[in-house]
Amino acid sequence: MESRIDYYPTHEHEGFKFRRGRTLPFGATMVPNGVNFSVFSSAATACTLVLFRKHEPEPMVEIEFPQEFRIGDVYSMIVFDLDYEELEYGFRFDGPWEPAWGHRFDKSKIVGDPYAKVIGGRDVWRAEPDWNDMYGHRSRLAFDDFDWEGDRPLETPSKDLVVYEMHVRGFTASPTSGVSAPGTFAGIREKIPYLKDLGINCIELLPIFEFDEWENSRRHPETGEWLLNYWGYSTLGFFAPKAGFAATGRFGMQVDELKTLIKDLHKAGIEVILDVVFNHTAEGDHRGPTISYRGIDNRTYYMLTPEGYYYNFSGCGNTLNCNHPVVRNMVLDCLRYWASEYHVDGFRFDLASILGRDQNGAPLANPPLLESLAYDPVLSKCKLIAEAWDAGGLYQVGSFPAYGRWAEWNGKYRDCIRKFIKGEMAQVGEMAQRIQGSPDLYYYRGPTASTNFITAHDGFTLWDLYSYNWKHNEANGENNNDGSNDNDSWNAGWEGESTDPETNALRRKLVKNAMCLLMLSRGIPMIVMGDEMGRTQNGNNNAYCHDNELAWLDWTMVDRNTELLQFIKGVIRFRREHPVLRGDRFFEHRDVVGSGRPDIRFHGTQAFWADYSAGSRCLAVELCGEHATPRDDAIYFAMNMHWDGLPFQLPYAGDGRSWKVAINTSMPSPHDIYEKSQAPRLENQGEIIVGPRSIMVLIADRL
Amino acid sequence: MPLAMNSSLEGKTARLELSGELDGNSAPSVRQEVEKILGASPDRLVMVVDRLTFMASAGLRILIFAKQRQPGLKIYMVQPQPTIVDTLKKTGFYDGVYVVDSEDIDKAAAG
Repeated sequence: MESRIDYYPTHEHEGFKFRRGRTLPFGATMVPNGVNFSVFSSAATACTLVLFRKHEPEPMVEIEFPQEFRIGDVYSMIVFDLDYEELEYGFRFDGPWEPAWGHRFDKSKIVGDPYAKVIGGRDVWRAEPDWNDMYGHRSRLAFDDFDWEGDRPLETPSKDLVVYEMHVRGFTASPTSGVSAPGTFAGIREKIPYLKDLGINCIELLPIFEFDEWENSRRHPETGEWLLNYWGYSTLGFFAPKAGFAATGRFGMQVDELKTLIKDLHKAGIEVILDVVFNHTAEGDHRGPTISYRGIDNRTYYMLTPEGYYYNFSGCGNTLNCNHPVVRNMVLDCLRYWASEYHVDGFRFDLASILGRDQNGAPLANPPLLESLAYDPVLSKCKLIAEAWDAGGLYQVGSFPAYGRWAEWNGKYRDCIRKFIKGEMAQVGEMAQRIQGSPDLYYYRGPTASTNFITAHDGFTLWDLYSYNWKHNEANGENNNDGSNDNDSWNAGWEGESTDPETNALRRKLVKNAMCLLMLSRGIPMIVMGDEMGRTQNGNNNAYCHDNELAWLDWTMVDRNTELLQFIKGVIRFRREHPVLRGDRFFEHRDVVGSGRPDIRFHGTQAFWADYSAGSRCLAVELCGEHATPRDDAIYFAMNMHWDGLPFQLPYAGDGRSWKVAINTSMPSPHDIYEKSQAPRLENQGEIIVGPRSIMVLIADRL
Repeated sequence: MPLAMNSSLEGKTARLELSGELDGNSAPSVRQEVEKILGASPDRLVMVVDRLTFMASAGLRILIFAKQRQPGLKIYMVQPQPTIVDTLKKTGFYDGVYVVDSEDIDKAAAG
């Protein structure tokens, strides 16, 4: 094909031919015979393109953008005859160094492209970098020639999701995982059969945008062990996948490996949600390194104080200026890229309340970024989930600006369920709301606005929630000062690991209770990697810096905790089998289908009399399956968080119907959960005894 | 080790033998050769790679290029080394090619 006339070079510098480029799209784009570079800076006085041959310490050429190549605030240039595979590039920006005015230009530094699709420099996880490299995080090109074989995002209805939060490396890094490429995208791919068997249909990946695991790295003062930026909540580049999470990262093929994983997950019916961090970057505060944004247009990319320092609503040194129109477009471009180029199914936004602050940090009533994301045509089927708070004190659970689209991590669900399970007083009233999908918080949005979770990566594991009263973060080397002190946990009578069978049986029961409530509640349930098999972090509730057995999933627990794993598979299956548990509308508390019963009824130890008083620790719920689509069995579940067993009077199952036991957490395996065809019929249809701190679930077959 | 390349065409079957290292430096010449081969519109491309010790991203992209340039083209890789097979698998390219033990494709397919 003949090149277009505007793809011929007009200039030459040290043997490199180039011409005026195209202003959009930003970033580096392959064009016939060359690469189009386009970058924005509102305050720079000059810009130089710096080209490296891959891994070479010195640039092969530096080409200053001629002033006539700048249109508005955009510098663009096409350079011809570049080897796409071997190219690394960056920029030098000239401009004022006036921190008080927000300008921190430094021409001596080479900065990365905010739109870089691949970033080199941390190609192999934990490989110690060359600290003397003049350009440590190098922008590279990505190819878009992946063969998706007809794949596209799954668009699973939110009401049907069961989310599994995982860390890419932690999921298979342990040698016990038995995979050929531990700790990588390819490693997850080998475990797809496990995920499928578990019954989840969505994985939520902790950050996979390129980050530097060596950021703030240090050795533990006592053990000497390396403590790293393991979680990765510190973005180097928003468009580039973490090379160190790919077995093929050393060959620069992380893009292909990640896409292959997503394609195969989709084939297995499993969606992929990315945990994205737009609240800050890896550049930190005024003492941090200049990697990209600071050296390109500090005043645009960051929220600055009147003195030119960095607002810190993220708790990580700086705050991305998300509602600046240019930054807003970058975020939008980024998410569109991941949705269209990687077929990602949704996003969970870390400290999302920051996205609703204005350029001075004040919360906005109508944040343009959140509105743009909600109505974006490319993202229209993506799940958008907010962590609806930030480190600056803004807490918006139930009030996050949603535009009818946004869901939230429901922190109130977590807190209430934890308190209820440990037997705290005065929780029953709120429990009734949480189980229904929190209509008190999301009445105008529906229950799928609520991502229900009891544990997340940040905090105790579920097993530790019932093994520790207090956090034990000594291994973090911060004198146990880090991590939350507010855990609503209970150690079941003994702090830490126990050899007492009764203590461990009680802990297992409490874990089962938690998983039961999660799967019985309306909303989107989310569980954390390993909770299904009793993973422990030895009481550490903030394992952000541990790239070791403490944070990795120990796969031997599959065999050691069979009872727990089988139970949790069972409750996930139970949820999947019963559409009455998964409605996307709130209950109406009345009969709208002529079944003779309302869609939901609350009971207590006495039928039709739920005790919401402060001393009550019991509640029972009856769901009418005739109201479900498709029609379903009736479900009754009794929750007794009292320390004694209690009788619960049952409502009448209906003419020709009878109650059968589906789940009883007070019983050991295999009597703790039954497949539907095996569920035993209750001899006494009028009353059940629910064991201490236990949940019983009954079903009555639909007629 | 520098890349050595040899190609031939017999009927609708093209044969491309590669040995040495297929890296970013040598990939453009291989791509040129593949383009030349595809000019004859073969049904099958048999890549004899048993003595190919390294294949970089650039090499794998040539396979994609060939598949996209000529839909329906069957690519056979004869005795690729385990490291190359590993990379093919992890990046999803493995599903797009036939890895075989013998140049006698019909026999290998039957077996």
